Amino acid sequence: MLTDSILTLTTLVPAAGAVVVTLLPRKGRAVQWWTLLVSLVTFGLTLHLPFHYVYGQTGFQFEENYSWIQNPAIRYHLGVDGISMWLVVLTGFLSVLGTLASWKAIKSRTKEYYFLFLLQQTAMIGVFVSLDMFLYYGFWELSLIPMAILIAMFGRERGPRTALKFFTYTFIPSALFLVAILWLYSKTGTFDFVQLQAALSANHSLLTAKELCWISTAFLFAFAVKVPVFPLHGWLSDTIFEAPTAMAMVVAGKLGLYSILRFNLGLFPAQAREVAPYMIALSVIGVLYGALIALVQKDVRRLIGYSILSHLSFCTLGIFCFALAGLDGSVYQILNHGLSGSAILILAGFLYERYGTYDMAQYGGLAAKMPWMATLFVITSLSLVGLPILNGFVGEFLILSGSFPHHEVWVAFATLGVILGAAYMLWMVQRIFYGPQSTMVVNRSFPDLGFREQIALWPAVILMLVMGVASPYWMRAIDGAVSNLADTAAHTVSYLETR
Amino acid sequence: MTDSLHLWLIPIVPFAGFLVNGLVGRKLPRALVSAIALIATLIPFLQVANIWFHFSSISKPYVENLGSWIVGGAFHADFALQLDQLTMIMLLIITGVGFLIHVYSTGYMAHEDGYWRFFAYLNLFMFFMLTLVLAENFLLMFVGWEGVGLASYLLIGFYFLRDSAAQAGKKAFVVNRIGDFGFLLAMFLMISHFGSLSYHDVFAVVAQHPEWQGGFITVIALFLILGATGKSAQIPLYIWLPDAMEGPTPVSALIHAATMVTAGIYMVARTHAIFDRSPFALSTLAIIGAATAFFAATIGIVQTDIKRVLAYSTVSQLGYMVMALGVAAYSSALFHVLTHAFFKALLFLAAGSVIHAVSGEQDMRVMGGLWKKIPITFVTMTVGVVAISGIPPFAGFFSKDEILYQAFISPNGGKILWFVGLVTAFLTSFYMFRLWYMTFFGENRTPEAKHDDHSHGHSHGIHESPLVMTVPLMILAVLSAIGGFLGVPEGMWGHNEIGHFLGPILDPASRVVGEGPELALAGLSVLVGLAGWAMAHYFYYMKPELPAKLAQQFSAVHRLLENKYWIDEIYEGLIVTPLLLVSRYVLKGLIDTGIIDGAGMAAGGTAQGLGALVQRVQSGNIRSYAGWLAFGAAVLLVVTYFGFTAHFSVR
Repeated sequence: MLTDSILTLTTLVPAAGAVVVTLLPRKGRAVQWWTLLVSLVTFGLTLHLPFHYVYGQTGFQFEENYSWIQNPAIRYHLGVDGISMWLVVLTGFLSVLGTLASWKAIKSRTKEYYFLFLLQQTAMIGVFVSLDMFLYYGFWELSLIPMAILIAMFGRERGPRTALKFFTYTFIPSALFLVAILWLYSKTGTFDFVQLQAALSANHSLLTAKELCWISTAFLFAFAVKVPVFPLHGWLSDTIFEAPTAMAMVVAGKLGLYSILRFNLGLFPAQAREVAPYMIALSVIGVLYGALIALVQKDVRRLIGYSILSHLSFCTLGIFCFALAGLDGSVYQILNHGLSGSAILILAGFLYERYGTYDMAQYGGLAAKMPWMATLFVITSLSLVGLPILNGFVGEFLILSGSFPHHEVWVAFATLGVILGAAYMLWMVQRIFYGPQSTMVVNRSFPDLGFREQIALWPAVILMLVMGVASPYWMRAIDGAVSNLADTAAHTVSYLETR
Repeated sequence: MTDSLHLWLIPIVPFAGFLVNGLVGRKLPRALVSAIALIATLIPFLQVANIWFHFSSISKPYVENLGSWIVGGAFHADFALQLDQLTMIMLLIITGVGFLIHVYSTGYMAHEDGYWRFFAYLNLFMFFMLTLVLAENFLLMFVGWEGVGLASYLLIGFYFLRDSAAQAGKKAFVVNRIGDFGFLLAMFLMISHFGSLSYHDVFAVVAQHPEWQGGFITVIALFLILGATGKSAQIPLYIWLPDAMEGPTPVSALIHAATMVTAGIYMVARTHAIFDRSPFALSTLAIIGAATAFFAATIGIVQTDIKRVLAYSTVSQLGYMVMALGVAAYSSALFHVLTHAFFKALLFLAAGSVIHAVSGEQDMRVMGGLWKKIPITFVTMTVGVVAISGIPPFAGFFSKDEILYQAFISPNGGKILWFVGLVTAFLTSFYMFRLWYMTFFGENRTPEAKHDDHSHGHSHGIHESPLVMTVPLMILAVLSAIGGFLGVPEGMWGHNEIGHFLGPILDPASRVVGEGPELALAGLSVLVGLAGWAMAHYFYYMKPELPAKLAQQFSAVHRLLENKYWIDEIYEGLIVTPLLLVSRYVLKGLIDTGIIDGAGMAAGGTAQGLGALVQRVQSGNIRSYAGWLAFGAAVLLVVTYFGFTAHFSVR
C-alpha cells in the first residue's frame, strides 16, 4: 500500500538515487538526467500526500511507527500534519528546480555534486517527516553536512572558508540541541514527539521550570541560527554569496522555521510565550535591518541574502505572535519564500551563467536583450515584495494583520518593510534590466531564456499566481495544524472551522 | 433583479487581453494587437453601458461573491464584487474614457517599438482599475490599488532604456508604497476593531456604534488619508506624479489624470462613513487638499514642459477634490472627478497630439503659432483649457464652483479654504492660458530642420494627427463642453442630477442646498477665471518679452518655483540619503561587518583552530565533528552546573 509507506519511500528515494549516482559514468550528462529523474519521482511521490490527506482531521497522517531500538527507546516514527505536508511537497518541487538550476552551473565533479545534492534532499524531507527526536536529529545533522561540503567544493570565491563558517554557526548550536534532546530523554524516557508532547503537557512536574527553560532555549537557539534570526545571521550573506544556486535555495528558512513551530511551540508552549516578546523584537529588527542592508548592496546574491533575512523575519514575527491568522500566514510565507526566493536565485544564477558576474554595476538595460528573463525576474520580484494576487501578499498580509491586534507598534514598524522591500527589489531590477545598456551588455550577447530555463521557471511563476489567488486550497491543511499552537482566545477561532 | 449581472466579466476581459498580448503579442501584427486590446476594453464598456441603461431596476448595492480568496484564522476575504451608484460613475469613467484613450493610442503609438507591450500593460491597468472600483471589500480594493500602481510602474518605465524613465517608474512605485503602508495599517486596524474588511460588515458595525467618534476612528481615517495622498498625489507624497510624465502621453491621460489618481478620492468617498465620524480627519483632508491645490498651481505657472504643466495642474485639481472630501461634500468631489476625467484626458491627449505634430518636442518655448497647422487639436484643446479654467458653461466651471461653494458654506469648511480655492482658480486659469498661448500663438519657434530620432521617429514637418487620434479628442471636447450640465446646482436653476444620483449613498441628510451667496460666489469665480485669462493674454500674447523680465526681477521667487520649492531635493537630503548612509556605514559597515561578522569570524577562527586540533588527534572530518559534539556537550554541562541558571526563571 502506497499510503502506508509513502513517507519512507519519499524520504529514501533521493538517497537511493544518490547511491546509483556513484555508479554512473562521469562523462556525458547521465548524472544530470538521472538526478532529474530521481527528483521528478520524488516530487511525484510528495504529491501523493495532498491528494490523500484527510482535511479537517487533526494530528499526524501517513504515520509509520515502529520500534527501532529497544534501549534507548528510539522509534522509527514518521508522519506529517498540515504544516509539514506542504513543506515536503515544497522540498520535492525545489529538488526538481534545483536540478535544472545546476544543469549548466555545475561543470566539474558532477558525480560528487549530484550525490550530495540528492543526499541533501533525503535529509530535508527526513527532517519534516520525523516524529522521533533521535531520528529527527539524525536528519537535521545530515542536512548540514552535504550542504557544508557542497559550499566548500563549489563555492564561488572562498568556498572552504564559508563552509567552515556555515558549519560552525549551525553546528555549535546543534551540539547543544543534542544535549537538550538527551536531557529531555533522561527525564521523560522517550524520544517520540507525540509521547513527549503528551507527557510534557500532562505532567508538569517531569522537569523543573528551569530545566524546561534551558532545554527550550537550546532548541530555539539551534533553530534560530538555521532560520536565521537576527543577530544570528552572520553565516547567511556569505553562504548565499558562495553556495551553488541549488543549495542557496534551501539553506535558509524552512528547516529552522518548521522546527520552531513543531518543537518550540509544540513541546514548550509556555516557554515559547516567555521568549515571544524578545523574538518579536528581533523579528521586527530583522525585517528592517535586512531590508536596509539589502538596499545598499552592490552584489545580486548578497542583496538576495539580506532580503532573505528580511522576509524570514516576517515568518518569525507571525509565529511568535501566537495569533491563528499570523501562524497561518507564517507557514504560508515559508512556502512562498521557498518558491519565490528560489526562483529569484535561479534567475540570478542564469544571469551569472551568462555574464559571470553578480555585480549590478556591470549590468544595465538588459531587458532589451532578454525580454523573457526580464519578465520573469520582474514577476518574481513582485511576488517577493508582496504584490496582491501573487503569493507573497497572502502570507505577509495574514502575518501582519493577524499579529497586529497583539503588538500594534511592533507590527506597524514591520509593515515599513513593505516600503523598503519594494525599494531594494525594484532598484535591483532597475540596475540590471533598465536604463542605458552597459558596456558589458552591449558587447556580449547571449540568448534569452532557453528551453530548460523556461521549464524550470514557468511552473514556479504560475504557482506564484495560483498561490496568490487560491490560498484556501493550501490553508485548509495549514489552518487545522496550527490552530492548536495559537492562543485560544475567542478571536482566533478559525473561520474554516465555523463553516 | 434576479439574473446575475456578471460583474466579474468587466475586469476579466481586459485581463484576458493582457494575457494574450503579453504572452504572444510580440509575434502578432500590430493591427491584431490593437484589435485585441480595443475589444478587451470595448466589451467592458458595452457591458457597463448596458448595466447603466437598466440601473434603476437593480437593487443596490448589488453584490456578487465569487469565492474565498484569503482565509486565515477568523479572518477571511472573498473575491466579492459590488455595484452601487459610486461604482457606476467610476465604471463609466474608466471604461468610457479608457476606451477612447485606447483608440487614440493606436495612432499615437503606431510607430513605437514595443507596441504590443504597451497595449498589454494598458489592458492590465484596466483590469486593476476596474477591480479597484468593483471590489466589495478593502482587501480586494487593495488588489486594484497596488495593481494600478504596478501598471503605472510598467508604463512610466515604458521607455526603459531611458534612465529617467526607469528612475521615475521606480520612484512612483516606492512613493505609492508609502501610501500603501498607510492603507495596510488602516486595514489592520479595521480587522482588529470591526472584525472584517467587507464594506457591508465594516459600515454596518460603524453604523451600530454611534458613540464611536474620533479616537481609533480618527487613526484609521488618518492612515487612509496617507494612502490617498500617495495614490492621488497630494502633499506630502505628490512628488512621483510630475516625474511620471516620462511615460507615453496616453498613459498620462488615462492613468495620471483621468482614472488612477482619482482612486484616492474614490477610496475616501467609499469610506465616508468613517470620515464622517472624525472631524479632525476631515479637516486634515481639507487642509491637505487646499494646500496641494495652491502649491501645485504655483509650480505650474513656471513650468515649460507642456506635460509637466498638465501634471502639476492634475495635482492641483486633485487638491480641489480632496478639499471637497474634507468639507464632506463627497458627491461634489465625485462630480469633479467626472468632469476632470473629461477635460484633463482631453488636455493630455491634445498635448500628445501637439507633441506628435512637432516630432516629440515637449518644450513650449520652442512651440508657438501652431493653431493654423493643427486646427483640430487647437480647437479641442481650447475647449479643455476653457473648461479647466472655470469659464461657464464648460464642465470645469460647474464642478469647481460647486467645490468652492461647499467649502464656503460647509460647517467643516470656511472662508479661508474658499479663498485659497479661489486664488488657485485664478492661477489655474493663468497657467492654462499661458500654455495655450505659448503653444498655439505667437511666432513659431520650432527649429525647421529638426531631424531628431526622438521617440516619434518621423519628422515630416508639423502635421495634424490622424483621425484615430482626433476623433477621441472631439468626443472628449464635447463631453468637456457639456459634461457640467450633469451637476448644475439648484441655486443656478439646475437639477444637480449627479448630486441626486450619488446622494443616497454619499451625502449626509444635512447637505446644504444652495440659496444665498451661491450666485454671487459663482460670479466671483467666473471673474477670477477671466482675470487669469486676461493676465495670460497680457503676458504671453501682448507682451511676450515681459515674463522673462519679471523672472529676472523676481529671480529668487522664480527660482523657487522653477525648482519646485526644492521639495525633491529636501526629501533626498533629509530622508533618502541619510537612510542610505546609515544603512551603508552604520548597519552594514559597523554592525554587520564589524560586530556580527566579527563575532562569527572569531567563532570561525576558533573552530578552525580547534578543528585542526581535533583533526590532528583523530584525523578525518567526521571525527572532528564528533569532537565538536563532545565539546558542545561539555560547554553546556559546565554552564549548567556552575550556576548561570540564576538568570533564567520561568514565571
